[in-house]
Amino acid sequence: MSAAVLLPLRVVERNIVSYRRTWVILVSAMFEPIFFLYGLGVGLGRLVGDLDWQGDMITYAQFVAPGLIATSAMNGAIFDMTFNFYFKLKENRTFEAMLASPLSIAHVLDGEMAWAMIRGGFYSVTFMGVMYAFGLIASWWALLIPLAALLVGLMFAALGSFGTTFARNWQDFDILFLITQPLFLLSTTFFALEVYPTWLRPVVQATPLYHGVDLIRDLARGTVDSSAFGHVAYMVIATVIARRLVNKRLGKLLLQ
Amino acid sequence: MASKPVIAKDLSKAFGDFVAVDGISFEIEPGESFAMLGPNGAGKSSTMRMVSTVSPRTSGELQVLGGDPLADGSAIRSRLGVVAQEDNLDAALTLRENLMVYARYFGIGWKQAGRKADELLEFARLADRAKAPVMSLSGGMKRRLTIARALVNEPDMVLLDEPTTGLDPQARHLLWERLYQLKERGVTLLLTTHYMDEAEQLADRLVIMDQGQIVAEGSPASLIAQHVTREVLEVRYPADSTVDFQTLGLRNEPLADRTLVYTDDGEGTLAKLITDGHTPTSSLVRRASLEDVFLALTGRTLVE
Repeated sequence: MSAAVLLPLRVVERNIVSYRRTWVILVSAMFEPIFFLYGLGVGLGRLVGDLDWQGDMITYAQFVAPGLIATSAMNGAIFDMTFNFYFKLKENRTFEAMLASPLSIAHVLDGEMAWAMIRGGFYSVTFMGVMYAFGLIASWWALLIPLAALLVGLMFAALGSFGTTFARNWQDFDILFLITQPLFLLSTTFFALEVYPTWLRPVVQATPLYHGVDLIRDLARGTVDSSAFGHVAYMVIATVIARRLVNKRLGKLLLQ
Repeated sequence: MASKPVIAKDLSKAFGDFVAVDGISFEIEPGESFAMLGPNGAGKSSTMRMVSTVSPRTSGELQVLGGDPLADGSAIRSRLGVVAQEDNLDAALTLRENLMVYARYFGIGWKQAGRKADELLEFARLADRAKAPVMSLSGGMKRRLTIARALVNEPDMVLLDEPTTGLDPQARHLLWERLYQLKERGVTLLLTTHYMDEAEQLADRLVIMDQGQIVAEGSPASLIAQHVTREVLEVRYPADSTVDFQTLGLRNEPLADRTLVYTDDGEGTLAKLITDGHTPTSSLVRRASLEDVFLALTGRTLVE
């Protein structure tokens, strides 16, 4: 294996070792989407009744669950690439120590992104199991959901760390929730794009989580069409650009 | 290793308009213990960061372990051990995990990494704390672990940026002892310090830096012989005293609270001052140190 793959894996290993004792924290976040599914999808769903999804009448839980996969991939990745990333960058200077070894900034960043992606993907896959148990998966296309969730995780790993490189202190992370909460609530996770007035729809479609939610919902419902290419392209391009920017920012912060 | 571990020629580092390192040249011999001595802001740490390949030079030439830090960073770092000025141990890991995970960064297999970690914990006298979290360690223990960590890859050269700053005397001496052991094993050491006694203890050769430049170079003993006298007489007089050392023909350095008189015979000079009617309120005769060299070269004390 080449150094570009092997060295980032050592960073992943470090994170595995560090979470070995605190795995409870890792696992506990797994339950969050399950609570949302039950509280909103099942509970609130009673009041909402069935709704129309591309010609099919589906329950509200069937509508919400795929959105929760995407948000759990986002949350899993974001947590590692914001709070933990900041701790390693500024407080504990873990990255500084890593850069005294053969690792370079790109290796460190790729390793952290891979780990965040794995973490986000782990939540998504466990939640998929819950969905299956609840009878909320309607298509063989759903087998591609883990891949889509990994892409969502990777994109938010890159975006999250990019924002974190500008954080000056812990208080700055309050802004993070001002971004992730609206994304969580408004990216068609809980209601369809058609609910928005026409002029607002392009704004929603320009935000990152929307693409994950819509793609995963199509996969879960088996309503995949050409829009899937657009979603994948958006997320791949956002990931690549953000990763390059973070790489640059880290160089500025750590190698001067 | 035949070639010189570090060759610097007209090496400079600027941050915007501020010139931190201003055209320094030096070479380090294999197995040598080389120190950079100077006050805060002299450019020591900037030099150190350039040598450890994490700070690109602004101009000049720099060769580290036979490679160019700008081009061969990863390969150079694989043979370096770096002890940064501020501890950057991994707070999420235990002592042993810190060493093992770090060994993995160098591509050392898990099994070998475990053996190495145990051996180094022994070396750092921390074996009994192998499973403790790093946060529970004292300052001195953290330093020892950081040095142990810098040795996981059996480096050809170890860089230490102010290794004992902020440590109590006992912790410093234990650390010096460990560093001396490394030196005995033939590891090249490059350290910065603003403690003269540290440089005198550890360095075969040193450069004195001030405001980004090298103002003197040599072994501790030769620098003292070259720039100051064998002994120093420190005398204190009341504020209204009119003793004029210049007319008495004594080389001196007036400080805020006392005057240093450079002499080869401290007791004799003191006796002469007293017979001449210039009895000081207090006096001290001591061996000259690198502190005096620095003072003589720059007119300023090293540690304010």
